[in-house]
Amino acid sequence: MKKFALVDCNNFYVSCERAFNPSLNDKPVIVLSNNDGCAIARSEEAKRYIGMGAPIFKHMDIVKEHNIHLYSSNYTLYADMSHRVKEVLSQFSPNIESYSIDESFLSLSGLKNIDLNQFGIEMREKVLQWTGIPTSVGIGPTKTLAKIANKLAKKNKMCQGVLDITNHPRINDFLASVEVDDVWGVGWQYSKLLKRNGIRTALDLRDINETWIRKKMTVKGLRTVLELRGISCIELEETVQDKKQIVNSRSFGKDLDKYQDVSEAIASYASRAAEKLRKQQSICGHISVWIQTNGFKDTPQYSNSVSCRLPEPTSYTPLLVKYALHLLKKIYKSGYKYKKAGVMLMDLVPAGNTQFNLFTKIDHSRNEKLMEAFDKINSSWGSQTIRSAASGFTRPWAMKRSKISRRYTTEWNEIIMV
Amino acid sequence: MKVTEIGILNSTKPFDLPLTSIKIPCGTGFPSPADDYIEERLDLNKLLIEHPAATFYARVEGDSMIDAGIYHDDIMIIDKAKEAKHQNVVVAWINGEFTVKTYYIDPRLGKVFLVPRNDKYLPQEVTPEMDFTIWGVVTYNIHKL
Repeated sequence: MKKFALVDCNNFYVSCERAFNPSLNDKPVIVLSNNDGCAIARSEEAKRYIGMGAPIFKHMDIVKEHNIHLYSSNYTLYADMSHRVKEVLSQFSPNIESYSIDESFLSLSGLKNIDLNQFGIEMREKVLQWTGIPTSVGIGPTKTLAKIANKLAKKNKMCQGVLDITNHPRINDFLASVEVDDVWGVGWQYSKLLKRNGIRTALDLRDINETWIRKKMTVKGLRTVLELRGISCIELEETVQDKKQIVNSRSFGKDLDKYQDVSEAIASYASRAAEKLRKQQSICGHISVWIQTNGFKDTPQYSNSVSCRLPEPTSYTPLLVKYALHLLKKIYKSGYKYKKAGVMLMDLVPAGNTQFNLFTKIDHSRNEKLMEAFDKINSSWGSQTIRSAASGFTRPWAMKRSKISRRYTTEWNEIIMV
Repeated sequence: MKVTEIGILNSTKPFDLPLTSIKIPCGTGFPSPADDYIEERLDLNKLLIEHPAATFYARVEGDSMIDAGIYHDDIMIIDKAKEAKHQNVVVAWINGEFTVKTYYIDPRLGKVFLVPRNDKYLPQEVTPEMDFTIWGVVTYNIHKL
């Protein structure tokens, strides 16, 4: 029989903030989305006051009344902490799927004659001690059941953060306590359909008629049902596939109405996208740019996008910035206040796997070396040490992150003080 | 947004191997007689960091540990994977702030103390009602001369 564990970091972004600032323990804490817009992570203490995704400016009175601590999202810190958690987990199993920034599936099939609950407890304790991040561990014979076990481990204080659901005598009670929309793989549309047909819990779904489910929810739905029965159908995905497109898009810190400012933002996004492109050792053949005004405001609205095919695939920052700005000129209209812009690179192919155009006079090896040096300098001296002049210096468009914590693990100037 | 495992000591790419410069294409000339002797350059990460995933840094403020060779503005290397033992130098969280002190367990008295290493300051007893945790064990201190 196969065995899977799902390890999920509890309120991950909040836990990262607490790891470096223990005074936040036991206090209500909320981490906000880019531009300090909405609540995207809430500590247990904050959950009853503020809903997930709630726009925080509408609830400032509640924030003040309950002394809720607000933080801007510090993705540099969260990404590093996520990496550390996964490094610790990799000591427990050679087969890990990094499912999201705060969740990992581990294959435990190789473990024989081991108390998996105890194994989960050790895993949890080690991650907590090494990184300061609390986790919940769910274990089961399929990924879908491991996910359910994880949810229950988190909810039920008795579990102390770990639940092995495999051959559990109370499995039916457990499944009956999970709503069908909370089952992994059951989307919002299907959950409506299921509920209309009287299928409300994971238990109902497990005991459903196979022909019916295949007809109504295709083979994917059947797969979920089999997984609930303990038959593993979804394998671990260990290799991260190269992305098929790279998007860099953000809201500006404030609305912009000058071409110069918008063009700086576009240049900077294109430059960042190009870095990501080189990191996965790809080149792109297509680029697209879009801009939009603030749809939530009562001002004239405009949005547009445009794309073009490149004469030949590239990952060379100066060229991509040049094309991005060229495209921006085509769609930019003055007289509007812009809120958001983005750059997308498409038609990605592995570098070194392409036919170059005979008729362009680009010195490829020179450009490659230049970009290699560029990336190296930015990785050892800090991102943005060298950047395209087109991306500007004052950066009025930069994201609003007024309550950001320090980058405790990636900048020498921002480490903790003792 | 750069993400390295531990600060910017560049631990993911710990060394610049001189290997690429001595690659010799097949069939042209002889291999360099030095090939067999190429070794990795010395790497401070390897020397100073036992558990990269659990290693963090902190800058020192104050003079309470000068007799242990830890001075204001130094950078300490902290290993959270290590269990704090008697007489380890630790970073602790106590009553709302971080502090670096020597961890002192007195089994006869059944008491725990945080001991400064500077005659100007007195040891502090850790009592159960205090908000106290050991954040990590200090393994090295980086001091500029």
